[in-house]
Amino acid sequence: MIRVDEIHKSFGSVRAVRGISFEAPDGRVTGLLGPNGAGKSTTLRILYTVMKPDEGSASIDGHDVVESSLDARRCTGALPHGAGLYPHLTARENIAYFASLCGIARGNIEERVESIVDLLEIKDFADRHTKGFSQGQRTKVALARALVHDPQNVILDEPSNGLDVMATRSLRELILKLKDAGRCILFSSHVMQEVAALCDDIVIIADGRVAIDDSADGIREQTGCDDLEDAFVAAIQRVSPE
Amino acid sequence: MIRTIFTVFKKEVLDNFRDRRTLASALLMGPLFGPLLFAFVINLSIERSLSNVEKTLDLPVLGVEYAPTLVDYLKSRNIDIIAAPENRAAALASVKTGLHDVVVIIPEGYGERMAEGLPAKVELVSDQANTTADRDARRVRNVLYAYNQELAAIRLSVRGVSPLVLRPLNIDDIDVSTASGRSGILLGMMSYFFIFAMLMGGMYLAIDTTAGERERGSLEPLLALPVTRDRLILGKIIATCLFMALSLILSLISFFFALKFMPLQELGMTPNFGPKVVVAAFFLLAPFILLGASVMTLVASFTKSYKEAQTWLSVVLLAPTLPILIVSLLTLRPRLEFMFVPSLSQHLLLIDMVKNEPVNVLHVVISVTSTLILGGLLTWLCAHLYRREGLLG
Repeated sequence: MIRVDEIHKSFGSVRAVRGISFEAPDGRVTGLLGPNGAGKSTTLRILYTVMKPDEGSASIDGHDVVESSLDARRCTGALPHGAGLYPHLTARENIAYFASLCGIARGNIEERVESIVDLLEIKDFADRHTKGFSQGQRTKVALARALVHDPQNVILDEPSNGLDVMATRSLRELILKLKDAGRCILFSSHVMQEVAALCDDIVIIADGRVAIDDSADGIREQTGCDDLEDAFVAAIQRVSPE
Repeated sequence: MIRTIFTVFKKEVLDNFRDRRTLASALLMGPLFGPLLFAFVINLSIERSLSNVEKTLDLPVLGVEYAPTLVDYLKSRNIDIIAAPENRAAALASVKTGLHDVVVIIPEGYGERMAEGLPAKVELVSDQANTTADRDARRVRNVLYAYNQELAAIRLSVRGVSPLVLRPLNIDDIDVSTASGRSGILLGMMSYFFIFAMLMGGMYLAIDTTAGERERGSLEPLLALPVTRDRLILGKIIATCLFMALSLILSLISFFFALKFMPLQELGMTPNFGPKVVVAAFFLLAPFILLGASVMTLVASFTKSYKEAQTWLSVVLLAPTLPILIVSLLTLRPRLEFMFVPSLSQHLLLIDMVKNEPVNVLHVVISVTSTLILGGLLTWLCAHLYRREGLLG
């Protein structure tokens, strides 16, 4: 369960996030939707604690991301935007490295890696060096790495970027699997269709602010647009009219 | 805590060993570059010093017919007289163009003035900007001076005056430097090679810790893990230290063998670089490892990309030469306060060891502790900077 309360974040004179609040409950998929530069990545970075908010607060399973960031990270699996692997290690070694850093007991690492390899269906290339991996293979391994400690909350920053149809499909299936297991999933995207197909709740942000926070149907209703894309545009224009 | 650090350490070591090309340049460049350059410089200086004494000098002399005695004297001093350009202008031009290094011109009136007991002119033409020519010119000049002295002595004896009148001073050069002492000057370069090899050995890992991980996109996932950043950076710095130590050991060994094949005795040098000194040198230089690792990591953490980090770190590679260079240029003797300066203290102590001179224990203690403390402080600073948000770039 992720809770964000009025967070602000500026970089120099650029106010990337100006008062974003929302909740991502367990057992649901929450989509963070917005145009490029809307503040999605910054919000997520604050949630997986590599950045601190200037104002406001956020918590994961009740752990404040600033005060007890280590606890917050313990119950979170994060896939940052464009996450890279170690090219000279095999996929399995990449995953095992993160497992060990997450504090999984040495005797259990192999078993844990094996089950995540099965879950993400990466067995075919698990023992190859990740150097020449395709974008889809890379994303899968990065995702496996993020999920290796079996986190209750999963934060994905534009996970479908650069994936082909098949890879996008299997990513979607995985997200639904996690949802059925009662996990809290928060992911960002700038593709309306993807969010609509997958999310229970959609938070549309633009210009560092929340434009709408509702279900897909709720958004159609609020904006008066039947087409989700039109609804998206209408919602964004409410916040930044230019 | 220890387990996390060890996990990071193990992964970095494995990762670096798998990257063959980087590994080769890191672990071979330093250890090979030093001894090779060293062998080259030594062979060059041996060739120069030997050629100076033994080789006959070919000297074009214009006007040989006017001074047969002088010419005979020159020949007796291992100088071969060869055909000179036809006239004075051509002789000057030949030196200017570099055809000849030195030309001696004996003017027509030489014999008459000599017979009258008046100073007879001899011209020595050389290009003083040309250092090899300068050495030949000096050699010819010395022979001419000697001839001058002999003639003067003969003339005085003829007039019943003791030639000793011309020698109020009897100057005798006494060189007190020992054979190992002389080697110290040249072997002073050695300490820098070791420092260079050490830094090279850890450079790639130091860059990888921040700029490399960031460029690859693996930094953010790493920082999002439930691990404190201090442990991550400590594991990485320790891995960097391991590769620096490996590189140092390799270059010490390569020097140990390389020195056996260098004809140092011919230069009157007997460097004290046996197995015992090699081991002592390792422990003397080892404290510099932590300092080097933390400085490189620190510098790399401020850069935006791998390339930029490489550029800046090549400056870091040169930085340790600076104090060594200054002290060498001013030819300062080891002093207590120098021992607080990293790289300089290691350099001075290593020279003492190689010269087989007694090593001041207090100096060693100060060198080791001050370098270690500085390294520790900089490591702490690295960890501190690793916590900032700007790290993500």
